[in-house]
Amino acid sequence: MTEVITDPTPPILHGPSDKEKKYDRQLRLWAASGQQALEDAHILLINSGSGTVGVETLKNLVLPGIGKFTIADENTVGQADLGVNFFLDEDCLGKLRSECCVRLLQELNPDVQGNWFPKNKNETIEQLFDGTMQFTMILYTAPITRARMELVLKYGQQRNVPVISIHSAGFYSYFHINLPGNFPIVDTHPDSTATTDLRLLTPWKELSHFAASLTDNIQSLSAHEHGHIPYVALLLHYLAKWKEEHGTLPSTYKEKTAFRSRVASGARTDTPEGGEENFDEAVAAVLKTISSPGLPSSVREVFDYTPNKMESTASFWIIADAIKQFYNKHNTLPLPGSVPDMKAQSTVYVQLQNIYKAKARQDAAEVLKTVRSHPRGKDINSAEVESFCKNAAFIKLIRGSKSSEASPTNIKVLAEREFENDANAPMMAMPLSLFPIYLSLSATTFYPTSDASDIIGTIKNVFPDAASTPRVVEAAEEVARANGGELHNISALTGGMVAQEVIKIITKQYIPIDNTCIFDGITSRTQVLRI
Amino acid sequence: MSQPVMVSGTISAQVPLPEERWTYLNNVLQHPGPFTEPDYDANEVADRMSKMKLLVIGAGGLGCEILKNLALSGFKDIHVIDMDTIDVSNLNRQFLFRHSDVGKSKAEVAARFVEKRVKGVKITPHNCKIQDFDDDFYMQFQMVVCGLDSIEARRWINSTLVNLVDEENPESLKPLIDGGTEGFKGQSRVVFPTMTSCIECQLDMHAPRAAVPLCTLATIPRQPEHCIEWAHIIAWEQEKPFPKLDNDDPEHITWLYKKALTRAGEFNITGVTYSLTQGVVKNIIPAIASTNAIIAASCCNEAFKIATSTNPSLGLEENYMMYSGNDSIYTYTFKHEKKADCPVCGNLARDLDVDPNLTLDEFIQSLAVRPEAQLKKPSIRSEAKTLYMQSPESLRLKTAANLEKKLGGLVVDGEEVGVSDPSLGAVDFKYKLKFSKSFAATPVATRGSTTGNGTAA
Ligand SMILES: [Zn+2]
Repeated sequence: MTEVITDPTPPILHGPSDKEKKYDRQLRLWAASGQQALEDAHILLINSGSGTVGVETLKNLVLPGIGKFTIADENTVGQADLGVNFFLDEDCLGKLRSECCVRLLQELNPDVQGNWFPKNKNETIEQLFDGTMQFTMILYTAPITRARMELVLKYGQQRNVPVISIHSAGFYSYFHINLPGNFPIVDTHPDSTATTDLRLLTPWKELSHFAASLTDNIQSLSAHEHGHIPYVALLLHYLAKWKEEHGTLPSTYKEKTAFRSRVASGARTDTPEGGEENFDEAVAAVLKTISSPGLPSSVREVFDYTPNKMESTASFWIIADAIKQFYNKHNTLPLPGSVPDMKAQSTVYVQLQNIYKAKARQDAAEVLKTVRSHPRGKDINSAEVESFCKNAAFIKLIRGSKSSEASPTNIKVLAEREFENDANAPMMAMPLSLFPIYLSLSATTFYPTSDASDIIGTIKNVFPDAASTPRVVEAAEEVARANGGELHNISALTGGMVAQEVIKIITKQYIPIDNTCIFDGITSRTQVLRI
Repeated sequence: MSQPVMVSGTISAQVPLPEERWTYLNNVLQHPGPFTEPDYDANEVADRMSKMKLLVIGAGGLGCEILKNLALSGFKDIHVIDMDTIDVSNLNRQFLFRHSDVGKSKAEVAARFVEKRVKGVKITPHNCKIQDFDDDFYMQFQMVVCGLDSIEARRWINSTLVNLVDEENPESLKPLIDGGTEGFKGQSRVVFPTMTSCIECQLDMHAPRAAVPLCTLATIPRQPEHCIEWAHIIAWEQEKPFPKLDNDDPEHITWLYKKALTRAGEFNITGVTYSLTQGVVKNIIPAIASTNAIIAASCCNEAFKIATSTNPSLGLEENYMMYSGNDSIYTYTFKHEKKADCPVCGNLARDLDVDPNLTLDEFIQSLAVRPEAQLKKPSIRSEAKTLYMQSPESLRLKTAANLEKKLGGLVVDGEEVGVSDPSLGAVDFKYKLKFSKSFAATPVATRGSTTGNGTAA
């Protein structure tokens, strides 16, 4: 029997603060740490064209309380703006668009600080990047000039600032995330159904003993006791029996289903319900829990990656390396230590929880020891190591991109792959590629009002078969139809997606896209591609 | 793919605005694209749009976005229904509301704000329940867009719109567009009532959270949530610290929190917090502005396409889009098939496997949690007799004795029963009860309580 570990800090008996009340619905998603990251952030939007998608993105960031935002936009507000942009009104006509949007966005949240550019006619865009302002992330929208785009990308690379380009026209849009370096994530928030890791095939001593103590004389237990044995103990009991009889543990699907029947047959049927809930739970858990976890491919990718000199001093890579050593030694990741709810007596369940928690702490302590032995590991917080261990099976690495513009050869390879997939799509009941939308929209990045033949002409530079590929021609015609103008719905939707991605990157929680998302407002689909 | 033709309502007053204002909308309205139907007529569409009347249900996180989007999609006459008032926890996403609006009607504040911002649109607010209106009210709209957080209200409007359809009258078919979100995830769907899969057909895609058995709460709590539910369901009823529980009163939540905390301490359970208490008691679903923006805009994009025929919409073929932003971005757009045994839009009785050894009361309780039923206050009659009526009180008393009887003693295997429930309006569910076990006529001496019928084990 292990000692009962209770929470050392007594909870504080007071209600939520005003801020906790206002942000309650989002704190449940990214917690105080994520909120703090948002409040420390400063987002720059370089706006252009019909000017809505970037402003809609900012709306979704001002509301949850981003620290600061700046809009750079030299355009003055015209009639057409009022038909597409909600953050402008009649009083804005003829005035500087950036200033007007900032004013109406800022109304949404007094905690947020908004700023606009240019403050006077002589200010140039270069002055934005002279170093007086620090940006956490930069968004720019199409259309844009090549010179301005290159300026932004250069700044992003030099200052390690992620840049997102957004293009919305008519019923189509895409956005592309340009991360300056590799982006590792620990707090990926996997679905709770995926995280159960009970180690039933490799129980440690304390767990085996505890399970045995609950099932030693299982036949003579009272109805109440029998019906309250937690399913973890039931499965360990029947696994031990199976091993006695077969010499090995059930490993094939056939063996597992046979094992499942064996477990089911242990339930008593002379109960009012004609069965036992804990046995039902055990039966349901067999296929999910009677298997060795293996090393997820995304974790393998982290283990296989050799961080460069600058990266290797970051705590992520020091802890990742310690966990890799742990894995090489034990052939398993550190135990996460959580136990799903299951039918059991309260005391028994809490004891079981503590056995898992104790083992998880022991594993984390071993990892921490390795971390501490690293020359730069002394300053790493033990809580960070613990949360890394807890989520070790779900860590993720998103590789950075070199530039926002894909090379022509890259585009050609992608186009060939996507169109080859399309040939098989109907047979596989798969949706068609949205790559033609990307090709057509990006052909208008510098020339928003191109007609369909101009667009196809531009695409031909990177994909010579454009004119004879019907889906490319159709996409080009649809893009030309919009004449560079946004539809509010498509920009609102795209602004929502971009804002989600900005939040994921700033909070370092959940998993951002890698690296381009295309939206088709005609078929109502998205596709994510690495371009 | 051809859409059902939209029929226009009454002409609304319009403030003339410079046509230049709608430059971008006109790009697609005046120029058909490669996917537009060949018989597209821009003048006819402009005329139709100017007369169309839309109903928006809900002025919350989705509703605020929907009103903005519809106004900027060129719709001129919009009604909005919401019975709620503005709470401070709405301000992180319901962007038409300010701190000074807390306590005011959502529908009214939202309508005034959008009318003021987008000139030329008329928005009529209704600060009441959708159930307060009759068929004539719903008949006046050409389309209904829902941004609701309650499954009940969705089912009610769905069954109302299905019932409204009169095959002789094409105006009676009102497309229903519905959005919902949770955290970084959401869905949007389009229903052509009686023609395509309806909300009721899709009910099992949104299964209710499994209820914790009462005996777990009473005797063997294991999770912080169990302690909170215990405080909420059992301790509150026993001690009645305030006359009526108000989920929005911090004093009441604090009382439950302290109770739950004490109980958790007794059982060595950790993790009871104020925030969790509030979440469990109010069944709070995490909500953020960006997900609302995505789903609301998806709904309005479909509404715009249906109204204008500028491009094919969701509806007759694919009718459902699922969105998930937790791990990268993933959408799944598919056709949800209409169910012939749908209690609302189908005409076959639905098979329901039941254990005949359950009492009628236990069976009724189980209807609340079965994903395909989700009926909280059902009344039931068999082919031969009324088994149980929730109201009026005289009938309830008359039929209450049946609650303790076994199902197998009340109906025969394969018998059809009719179930009505306030959440469905006038519609009856038809179930064919199939016995999953043999019926043991002799009663079992002690009864377990895993069905959550109120008996502590
Ligand atoms: Zn249906």
